Amino acid sequence: MSGLIVFAVLYPVYFVVIASISNPTLVATGQVAFIPQDINFFGYQQILEDSRIWRGYRNTLVYATVGTALNLFVTMPAAFALSRREFAPRKLLMFFFAFTMFFSGGLIPTYLLYRDLGLIDNWLVFILPGAVNVYNLIIARAFFENSLPEELFEASVIDGASYFQFFVRIALPLSMAIISVIGLYYLVQHWNDFFTGLIFVRNNEIQPLQIVLRDILISNQAFAGGAGGSGGSGGGSYAQQFADQIKYGVIVVSTLPVIVLYPFLQRFFEKGVLIGAVKG
Amino acid sequence: MTVVDRRPNAEAPPPGLPEESPLKLSTKSTSLSRHFRTKWQLWVMVAPAIGFIGLFMYGPMYGIQLAFREFDFAAGLAGGEWVGFKYFRQFFDSPQFWTLMRNTVVISVSTLIVGFIAPIVLALIINQILGRRKRRFMQTATYLPHFISVVVVVGMLQVFLSPSSGVLTRFLRFIGIDGVNFLGDASAFVPVYVISEVWQHAGWNSIIYLAALAAVSPQLYEAARIDGAGKLQIVRHIDLPALVPTMIILFILNMGGVLATGFEKIFLMQNPLNLGVSEVIATYVYKIGIVGNQFSYGTAIGLFNTLINFTFLVITNEIAKRVSNTSLW
Repeated sequence: MSGLIVFAVLYPVYFVVIASISNPTLVATGQVAFIPQDINFFGYQQILEDSRIWRGYRNTLVYATVGTALNLFVTMPAAFALSRREFAPRKLLMFFFAFTMFFSGGLIPTYLLYRDLGLIDNWLVFILPGAVNVYNLIIARAFFENSLPEELFEASVIDGASYFQFFVRIALPLSMAIISVIGLYYLVQHWNDFFTGLIFVRNNEIQPLQIVLRDILISNQAFAGGAGGSGGSGGGSYAQQFADQIKYGVIVVSTLPVIVLYPFLQRFFEKGVLIGAVKG
Repeated sequence: MTVVDRRPNAEAPPPGLPEESPLKLSTKSTSLSRHFRTKWQLWVMVAPAIGFIGLFMYGPMYGIQLAFREFDFAAGLAGGEWVGFKYFRQFFDSPQFWTLMRNTVVISVSTLIVGFIAPIVLALIINQILGRRKRRFMQTATYLPHFISVVVVVGMLQVFLSPSSGVLTRFLRFIGIDGVNFLGDASAFVPVYVISEVWQHAGWNSIIYLAALAAVSPQLYEAARIDGAGKLQIVRHIDLPALVPTMIILFILNMGGVLATGFEKIFLMQNPLNLGVSEVIATYVYKIGIVGNQFSYGTAIGLFNTLINFTFLVITNEIAKRVSNTSLW
């Protein structure tokens, strides 16, 4: 039973990988099932030559690194402050934050606000509006509440530390675990962000990887090498097969960083879910 | 509310309650100025988060008034004339209304039910696995798809389900089921959507249930086995009851999103052939508002959607509170 489940979950991923390096004709006729056949890297060659992919990759890398840095810079201090029990307004502030998880202004008012702020077609739209994720804020706060011994705080106060000093010198160094968890959550969120590019950005130069992927995988936009989509330039099913091979390759190239890092990071992610669950 | 004794000579507070710290002074005599003098650093620390949430989350809430105003390009967000419920009536009277409602409800309710049960079943199965390494492997494998982006998942669906070259289509032909066109057949949309959701998220969503199961005392299992309980009986009488509180909380949270069906995935899966069943409120708002520039109408539809979500959340929470004493607030 469990073997069957593992197979059903992993096989699609495995198939994409072997299909991306197999002869597309053999893939299309069903002769590739478990072992790659007639290995070639035509698809990858095409991808390497396509400037859109590289541009998307570069943009996403920038958004993910700058964005995550800002995310942590805003989230961690706020979570710390909200975790201090003597901070009287914390309940009210928590409500202020949590309320937005259940109620929002909706798409159009959001769009109009961004327009008024000059964020449409501006790369900052990938960074600023998502600076705080309330769910991550709650996870980090729960960590500070449960894992920082109160005695530590008292001892530092007696030694003359202020909140700033305690936070920077003691709380942060002891919180590397939660910083990595939250940082990873934010990083994956930026990496997979498709919505922002779709709604708020028209300029192709600043589009992230996910939008480029959409164009290639779903809208079937032609590739530089002529192996385009279903309506491709006269190549018929031959071109379609190469288009499919390129698609498999694109899936691998865009997902590779996540898949390669995943086994090492999985425990961190799991920890994040569980810390978050402590307080619901 | 727990009252903490703050007198200087009071005995040590009971374990679990916050202890006295020099910076914490008696709340009764703390004046506002004293609060800011001692806690200003904490305010500085939350200020950026308040600013960002205030601007980007509450800012759009101010724009909700647009649903009741005529949008005026020159006067901006709050400059148009009041038109009351005109745009709501327009939506309720439009021929699209019932199709959108039906599609949204069908997709979200089936995702809610299947997507809620699948992680529980998966957690129960994983919990039955003996041996740490096998178990770890199973968990690692089932969590993985959660990290693949929506665009890639829909891209995978397209290549796998392609009527000419898709692996799954060919496999079905191989076992004798011919002529299925998953992407072109409207009746296949909801099953494909729901099953791929389960594939992607069931493993990840099972983490919390696994943690709840890990908390069950092993003695309980032993006792049950001695009493002659079979595997199914153990699941029925020990595992399931242990999961109930977690199930309720997650169910309430999911209910809140009942009409907020995943815009991105549905949008990406849409094609002219399945539009009749795949157009939901969220995608319609995008098309009307952003693509079609009908800002007031789009805002009104969006607000209608949000209000229904919120109502669902409140009602479910209330029911859960009465029935089981578990609730979000």
